[in-house]
Amino acid sequence: MRLRLLMAALAVLPVLVGAAMAADSPRLVGPKPFTEVPAAPALPAEVTDDVRKMRNYPEQPPVIPHSIRDYQIDLNFNKCLSCHSRRYTEQSQAPMVSISHYQDREGNMLGALAPRRYVCTSCHVQQTNAPPLVDNQFRDLDALASPPGGGR
Amino acid sequence: MALRDSVLAVWRTLTRPATFFSLGFLTLGGFIAGVAFWGGFNTALEATNREAFCISCHEMQTNPYEELKQTIHFTNRSGVRATCPDCHVPHNWTDKIARKMQASKEVWGHLFGSIETREKFVSLRRTLAEHEWHRLKANNSLECRNCHSAESMDITKQGARAARAHEQYLFTGQMTCIDCHKGIAHRLPDMTGVAQWDPQSQQPTRGH
Repeated sequence: MRLRLLMAALAVLPVLVGAAMAADSPRLVGPKPFTEVPAAPALPAEVTDDVRKMRNYPEQPPVIPHSIRDYQIDLNFNKCLSCHSRRYTEQSQAPMVSISHYQDREGNMLGALAPRRYVCTSCHVQQTNAPPLVDNQFRDLDALASPPGGGR
Repeated sequence: MALRDSVLAVWRTLTRPATFFSLGFLTLGGFIAGVAFWGGFNTALEATNREAFCISCHEMQTNPYEELKQTIHFTNRSGVRATCPDCHVPHNWTDKIARKMQASKEVWGHLFGSIETREKFVSLRRTLAEHEWHRLKANNSLECRNCHSAESMDITKQGARAARAHEQYLFTGQMTCIDCHKGIAHRLPDMTGVAQWDPQSQQPTRGH
């Protein structure tokens, strides 16, 4: 009898803990009950103004400020390189692929883009004008390093 | 000998003046027959110039057409779309007939299954693409210009990149549409060695 009670308590425990934690965690569903199908929000427009954006931190992969619709990146061809490769930057006036991308994972400098850097869009992405879903509290490194008071 | 006789008989019939039919009947009848023949010929030609005809072969339906459907020439904000013959068949008569005669090779290819599987299509993709690049290069991208004319192009409405490229290369006649706009309607083949495209190309770059 006691054993059975213990088992029941153990079985209920995760549910209780879960409920307690759920109060703090963000809602994963929208305001409507999950049984209803809400209308999909309109797709936000892409930012294609060709203006370079500042990087939010030094290692950030620069974002793409132009349309990349139908750009092919596959075994046959990488469309990005037809402007951003070293050979074509003069005629395209596009920024050259960073020299850091010539390094393979053993640290060897290669003569051209390293294969591991081939798929540009794994890191470099387009931006849209969508409003952020949650408030962003990111602070720039410079703001942290030199606080508004000027003290260190 | 018999063959010679029959040929001679036909020749005599053709060269002899008509015995029973009046000149009016022959000229008017000839005219009407001509209209019927020419109309029929053109109708048949137009029938082979529809997208439905192009994709009635599974090679075209499953490969180039499926790829086209993803691109801006098929789906876009204004709903104007290019069909296969808009880009692949010249619009003026002589060039169209020349292209149609060339296309008999494609009928041969269909009958003998030269691209009947995806693998065969993919392995021939570079060759097939080169045919189209050469054709468009040779006619100064005529099929592009049937819709996109340089004269009507307002570069102030274009992005800075596009405006600069068009001003520098298109308006000066240094390059033609297909030089930069390859693979806009179908996937590109392996571009190794293609001038202006292969990042490791040994050919000199155009421009300054």
